Amino acid sequence: MRAADNTLSGVAIISAIKAAGIEYIVSVPDIVTSDGLLWPIVHDPDLQHIRVCKEDEGVSICVALGYCGKRALLLIQNTGFLDSINAIRAIAVEYSNPLCMMVGLQGKEADVLPTQSNKVSVRIVGPILDLMSIENHLLQTTSNTDVITPAVDAAYHEDHPVCFVLGQSPSE
Amino acid sequence: MKRMKRDAALRIVAEHIHDNLVVAAYQAAFEWIVIRPSNYNLIATGAMGLASSHGLGLAIGRPDRKVIVFDGDGSLLMNLGSLVTVGEVAPKNFYHFVCNNGVYEANGSHPTPGSDNIDFSGLAASAGYASTDMFDDINDLSSRVADVLSRRGPVFVDFRVESGKAYPQDYGYMHGSDHRDTFKAALKAS
Repeated sequence: MRAADNTLSGVAIISAIKAAGIEYIVSVPDIVTSDGLLWPIVHDPDLQHIRVCKEDEGVSICVALGYCGKRALLLIQNTGFLDSINAIRAIAVEYSNPLCMMVGLQGKEADVLPTQSNKVSVRIVGPILDLMSIENHLLQTTSNTDVITPAVDAAYHEDHPVCFVLGQSPSE
Repeated sequence: MKRMKRDAALRIVAEHIHDNLVVAAYQAAFEWIVIRPSNYNLIATGAMGLASSHGLGLAIGRPDRKVIVFDGDGSLLMNLGSLVTVGEVAPKNFYHFVCNNGVYEANGSHPTPGSDNIDFSGLAASAGYASTDMFDDINDLSSRVADVLSRRGPVFVDFRVESGKAYPQDYGYMHGSDHRDTFKAALKAS
């Protein structure tokens, strides 16, 4: 059963990730996704979790796993995304590789669209993704998670990056 | 500091590389693809510092193959955390050679920070690599490299080198799609 429409279900996200054939989750911890996503993922026997020290390591690891026919998700915070722009630019965008990212918006105010946030680190994520021509999807509520599986499939079939931006903390 | 000519040292290692996956960065990459051409070579690592992380991803994704990384000292300094990540994942098939020449050779040969003092092997050991080694003599390398490549990984090698003869620097090939497509097809077929 799905959670109420105004929440974002971590269970639904993980289910969609698995349905997309993702086996590996590469992450740097993020307080936005810690309880609702990362801890459940860590304890999920169907997903292999790889801790990295810095997000651009994860960009490389996910893409290299893709070269091996393995699907991976890079689960990071908006600040880590911003720190990894050059790696994403080169390895995912210019090399046309299927990098799948899920980005928590640390510092985003409740009931405010990311583009209307007072926080620069939140407000600029979407426009940067657009500027880099990276397909991106805002996951505000559980109903939005329907996009995950087909978008990941498309990224791997068509060799392009995709980013899921979390509009709120996923529920446990 | 005593150093080996890099191309001569790479030729010695190449004698022991068969169907292994090789990830190489910058100057070592340009030399390696001439010395040991192979569809299993990956020299497209995008941004400086990320060869080791590409190698780790390959080592996880293809545990049936040894993965050899020819990193640079300047490159590793940009991604020192990768030592810790490799140490935690501890892939048995991961061999990390750092071509340590003490300079940013591709960027004007300016010295790397701490080049006179840094102990890369010490960093790798404390990060959890199963074993570490150092080579600065071509004869020593020739006699011991087979042993290094037979060890259980992750293995770290401080590969003290200096530039030898000049090799073509084809950045178009390095970053072009043909190279990556060839590598991916080779992996898929094997």
